[in-house]
Amino acid sequence: MEIIQLLIGGVASGCIYGLVALGFVLIYKASEGVNFAQGDMMMLGAFVALGLVNSEYWALPFIPGILLACFIMGGVGYGIDRFVVRRIFGQPQFALVILTIALGFVLRFIAGAIWGFTPLVLETPFAGQSVRFGGLVLGYEDVITIVVTAVLTLGLWAFFSRTKLGLAAQAASQNQMAAYIVGVPVRRINSMIWGLSGIVATVAGVLYAAKGAIDPNIGLLGIKAFAAAVIGGFGSLPGALLGGLLIGVVEPIAARYLPSGFSQMSPYVLMLIVLTTRPGGLFAQIHAKKV
Amino acid sequence: MSLLKLRNVESFYGAIMALRGVSIDVEEGQIVTILGANGAGKTTLMKTVSGLMDAEKGTVEFNGKTINGMEPDKVVAEGLAHVPEGREVFPYLTVEENLRLGAYARKVPGVEDDIELVYDYFPILKERRGQSAGFLSGGQQQMLAIGRGLMARPKLMLLDEPSLGLSPLLTQEIFAIIKRLNAEQGVTMLLVEQNANVALNTAHYGYVLEMGRIVMADTCAALRASDDIQEFYLGKQDEGQRGQKRWKRRKTWR
Repeated sequence: MEIIQLLIGGVASGCIYGLVALGFVLIYKASEGVNFAQGDMMMLGAFVALGLVNSEYWALPFIPGILLACFIMGGVGYGIDRFVVRRIFGQPQFALVILTIALGFVLRFIAGAIWGFTPLVLETPFAGQSVRFGGLVLGYEDVITIVVTAVLTLGLWAFFSRTKLGLAAQAASQNQMAAYIVGVPVRRINSMIWGLSGIVATVAGVLYAAKGAIDPNIGLLGIKAFAAAVIGGFGSLPGALLGGLLIGVVEPIAARYLPSGFSQMSPYVLMLIVLTTRPGGLFAQIHAKKV
Repeated sequence: MSLLKLRNVESFYGAIMALRGVSIDVEEGQIVTILGANGAGKTTLMKTVSGLMDAEKGTVEFNGKTINGMEPDKVVAEGLAHVPEGREVFPYLTVEENLRLGAYARKVPGVEDDIELVYDYFPILKERRGQSAGFLSGGQQQMLAIGRGLMARPKLMLLDEPSLGLSPLLTQEIFAIIKRLNAEQGVTMLLVEQNANVALNTAHYGYVLEMGRIVMADTCAALRASDDIQEFYLGKQDEGQRGQKRWKRRKTWR
């Protein structure tokens, strides 16, 4: 029973890592670079949601407030690409890395300036409730996290494989030049992907905030999500999610059964093991270009 | 009136001048070929026409409309499809998805009919419609790239080295289909090709591009008969008395 309880809690936090990792991969595929501000976008999303929903701020009803936060953060993501990232288009990848690290700091201090650096709690309608299932006690927020992640993943999958726009986005990430010449507006689609990853980050942030207090430094969780994306084989959406779940599950189990300290280390040890045995990650897309 | 008209086009890679004032005309309904050695500027010319590169000087006019400076996704919507060098298919998408993307920018309906049309010309693609394009052979990928170009229902198709990396037999097959597409579907073609022999046999009119300049322009029959083309592009050698070449010929345009 105890192990199942641990597993479910692990899967729930793994979903959050997975969602942030998903954001990493989405942007990696669009802009061919790593967005190190992804964790901070999650943080900002959580704070925007908090600012809209909490009673001491705007006090909107919960669901509309969250949807509005997603919409705003989608706009922020789109804007970051449209007005910042697009200007360094064609520069070496390194430029994007530095730029997003700086951007992460900026977002962190913007959030700090508006909401302060003391931990705040997002008011959710389901705080503190739990369901009993067999001999298990499941927190509402864990159940909701798992369900929302599953729904969002399905939605993203349907978008990328079933819609014309999603197909065009895939095409743009696989072969930018060819996408251009068949008439896909590559730049606009890249901006759209940044917007999408802003939305995914917000969902992750809200789910994270539902479990406990947030402060502007929770964006550092992005490092763990980065490890998740690497484990999954950077560039694969299902891989990112799986990597997140693995890390989420390994952490509480290491905390329970191994000496103290191992739990914090375990995600990175896992990453090292995966990288040494399967250097491309679990879901590497290996493709040799034919000439 | 010619369908595509280039006047004094100059294109640069950074500081390097790749096209030094190129003027060509492509008449509607024809296949026009551009011959030239490696680095002559053939691919640059294609990229400049399709909008992947912008001409620094000169004008590119397509169907009576100036298209230089236009983004490639707008150019294809005008009815100009570029089949790039080296195929450039979408490797993780299926054959059919690749074809559908070819129709991304078009406004005229009939996408389903055109997919069938492409399958008529390239039956092997129909067999492989559900497979990832990355797993096709080189020749099949080339067919897919041409098919994807057709899906835009273009007035003009730019074909950049369709024979690259293909066996002579497959090259013959692809060029036979290109000829048929031109005759049956009325698609005008601008063809860049290293294999001068097959290009001159397929096209109606030809230009010779060297160091970013057009040095010869004539009908393909006339080009085939020219001594320079025979010597430098078709590789025919006239032998001296002792069965060997006695001196290196100079090109007449130098």
